[in-house]
Amino acid sequence: MNIGKQFKEGLLTQNPVLVQMLGLCSTMAITTSIMNGLGMGVSVLIILTASNVVISAIRKIVPDKIRIAMFIVVIAGFVTCVDLLLQAFVPAIAESLGVFIPLIVVNCIILGRAEAFSYKNGIGASFFDGIFQGLGYTAVLFVMCFIRELLGAGTLAGFRIIPEQFPIGILTLPVGGFLVLGCLIAAMQWALSKTKEGK
Amino acid sequence: MDQISKLLAITLGAILANNFIFSQFLGICPFLGVSKKVDTAVGMGIAVTFVMGLASAITWAVNNYILVPLDLIYMQTVAFILVIASLVQFIEMFLQKSMPSLYTALGVYLPLITTNCAVLGVALLNIQEGYNFIESVVYGITGGIGFLVAIVLFASIRERLVFAEYPKSFEGFPVALVTAGLMALAFMGFSGLKIW
Repeated sequence: MNIGKQFKEGLLTQNPVLVQMLGLCSTMAITTSIMNGLGMGVSVLIILTASNVVISAIRKIVPDKIRIAMFIVVIAGFVTCVDLLLQAFVPAIAESLGVFIPLIVVNCIILGRAEAFSYKNGIGASFFDGIFQGLGYTAVLFVMCFIRELLGAGTLAGFRIIPEQFPIGILTLPVGGFLVLGCLIAAMQWALSKTKEGK
Repeated sequence: MDQISKLLAITLGAILANNFIFSQFLGICPFLGVSKKVDTAVGMGIAVTFVMGLASAITWAVNNYILVPLDLIYMQTVAFILVIASLVQFIEMFLQKSMPSLYTALGVYLPLITTNCAVLGVALLNIQEGYNFIESVVYGITGGIGFLVAIVLFASIRERLVFAEYPKSFEGFPVALVTAGLMALAFMGFSGLKIW
């Protein structure tokens, strides 16, 4: 498999959030501070890679008809592991992500990659697919958090950058999530159409 | 009286002030995916309301009568998603046999509900908030109604949006997201309703 191509697809041309439009709920809900974003991104990265590998390994023995149920059980198992690990070692992040950690089970990115990629490809390729798609997701979360935390709260990872009276508070509210993500996707579509014209 | 006013507070909260879509970000995927036409939006909204109500009731029972006595609370996520998946499958078969017209109207939206995070979300929130059985069911149903209101309003705006002019890069999802953002802003006005 071509790892370089997978890397480019995961981060840019087939980015799970900005191009495939998967996993939008969590992208908008938890991106109010950088720590949250990184915690969520890394959790999804780990779960996605692990479930991709397992699903790819069992793809030949799973009957076609019950594959979706199998995927969900595998994913739910890994989500439970990560949830318990977060609660044990980083309770602060687990607290602020709250219900969105168990909700990774129904995050369309993971089920989508299972169905579209790892069910059809070998273990190695699925492993890298999980890592790169997970990185693509984390990168988007990071950008969203960066914009919303810096402009909305005036801080970065808790440190004050902009004096308290200036930030645009509305960006940290739900409204900000919709607007920032909308603009990011628009920017991505613009960039992709530019590169197409260039060719 | 206390019980009634609490139920009223849950209802108002779930439909307006803490709307699942606009303030909790649950169920965004179907909200954006199935809102191109008002008819289909209504169908989806009704299906989600129905499943959310039933799922709240069943997951509450599963949690309190099976998981808590057996000390298996850490299996919550796995148990709930299995309950929801089989519930949706069951509803699908039931509707196909007994109400074919409703079944064809809902069509592909039924299986999609399994992966709607609003359904799993409401089940988990019920447990987190420590609601009793009636409160859970009310929260599930009114949460679904909140979803219905949001998706129908949004679909009606989107139908008109087709004729609007906007930059080419904003075509498709971005303009929908910006619209949803402005609607969320409007719904923020309801947050003052928290008087109970």
